[in-house]
Amino acid sequence: MRLFKKRPYISLEKTTSQNGPSVPDGMFEKCPNCKQSVYVRSMGQERICPHCHYALRIRAQERLALTIDQNSFDEWDEAVRGENPLGFPGYEEKIAKVQISSGLREAVVTGKATFQGTESAIGIMDSHFIMGSMGQAVGEKITRLFERATEESLPVVLFTASGGARMQEGIFSLMQMAKTSAAIKRHSDKGLFYLTVLTDPTTGGVTASFAMLGDIILAEPGALVGFAGKRVIEQTIKASLPDDFQLAETVLKNGFIDQIVERNQMRMVISQLLALHTYSDNKVKGDKT
Amino acid sequence: MSRVMEVVSLARKTDRINMKDITAHVIDDFIELHGDRVFTDDPAIVGGVGRLNGLPVTVIGNQKGTTIEENMHSNFGSAHPEGYRKSLRLMKQAEKFNRPIINFINTSGAYCGVEAEERGQGEAIARNLFEMSALKVPILSIIMGEGGSGGALALALADEVWMMEHSIYSILSPEGFASILWKDSKKAGEAAELMRLTSADLKELGIVEKVIKENGPDGELTKETVLQMLKDDMTAKINELSKLSADSLTAERYERFRKY
Repeated sequence: MRLFKKRPYISLEKTTSQNGPSVPDGMFEKCPNCKQSVYVRSMGQERICPHCHYALRIRAQERLALTIDQNSFDEWDEAVRGENPLGFPGYEEKIAKVQISSGLREAVVTGKATFQGTESAIGIMDSHFIMGSMGQAVGEKITRLFERATEESLPVVLFTASGGARMQEGIFSLMQMAKTSAAIKRHSDKGLFYLTVLTDPTTGGVTASFAMLGDIILAEPGALVGFAGKRVIEQTIKASLPDDFQLAETVLKNGFIDQIVERNQMRMVISQLLALHTYSDNKVKGDKT
Repeated sequence: MSRVMEVVSLARKTDRINMKDITAHVIDDFIELHGDRVFTDDPAIVGGVGRLNGLPVTVIGNQKGTTIEENMHSNFGSAHPEGYRKSLRLMKQAEKFNRPIINFINTSGAYCGVEAEERGQGEAIARNLFEMSALKVPILSIIMGEGGSGGALALALADEVWMMEHSIYSILSPEGFASILWKDSKKAGEAAELMRLTSADLKELGIVEKVIKENGPDGELTKETVLQMLKDDMTAKINELSKLSADSLTAERYERFRKY
């Protein structure tokens, strides 16, 4: 059977003209939201699309630089890492690979920082690490963030970005929703302030736990915010959904977000809100001493 | 069919013990209470008050029907946000009147629909978790058939979580799991093998405290036998939990979930 025999590879001659106009790589980028081509430098450090104001997904380190006072970050629990609680085949290898490609240990970075002088605990999720999915490491870091903030009477600012549960950790991933929510309840009962910033995307088990539990919930323009995935809903109801479904702007209209804040305003708004919620220690509600 | 997928199909059978059996044969003087006081009443979750061996209790559970008509009415036990808000209203009420809470879970998950999203499915589940973690009365949750995802957990942040022998409890249905990981829902069988979603597995992993037997040495037990065992075990556990002070109850509940 010669018919299916694999032919040897042939190399093609480069046919593009060397004389035509050339654009260096990485100078233009397509906005994932409005699909327009954007001159990268026009997005600025904040990485905002100049056409549709969509705030592009950024890394935790970029977010830190844009949000907190310079050199004020003190990282907590950076050594916390997950295990492979179900013995899922290939999971350790996957984590190791992603750690190298993303430069992150897990999908959330936590610590303490100042915002125009006001001290706060802070957590930043990063969708570049297995889509910001929540397994034991993420749940543990967020729980410790709230526990330590409760102990030190600090507010918490949390940037969410997650596709939902870390499937490879199965039921243990589900338990993180309960664990984190319980820690937030204790923080809240002490009269402490929790500010959530929903960034693109915030979905699944993260939406159904700590993302929706902020005293004040902000979101970035164009962020996808929802519980069930769009594809799953379309399969369930057997119809297609409008483009603005689960956009932060729609979720605000539905009453689940306090305000949408442009990324270049975020530092200022967070600082103002933190300052508004600053009490001297002995005035913290519930603290009788 | 693999052994695990057999358990999955047993867990999904429509003739399993359901909320009607519980409210008719386990709980005396059951009075159903409707509505979330905000938007509507969700028939996917049934709730009310009654007595467990004389002790006043609040009972909440997913309603899965036995016929297609019943299931159309109760949406196969998949709740909208108002189902969770109703359950929270009844749980807060139980706290006010110092009544223990017993939740019966049988849902493939919270409903994935347009209205459910618009009315804040994520927020409703999150609010349940947040509030349940500090309720000052005993909470016992029992997985009766399917315990699917956040929709199940929203009734299972409890002092103890039990499972019926042929029930499952998981982050997602095996089909959904396979669809997310391998983009192929037909690999549900493989997924189920890896997920460790059976009652025996979850007992071993420390996710649940107790498994209620559905099989005896001579095969399947009758519904009456199982219901009686369930009632006896529930009574003993609720009595035990009721002896704890509110502080130690909530502290132990916190630690129960903290260890994961």
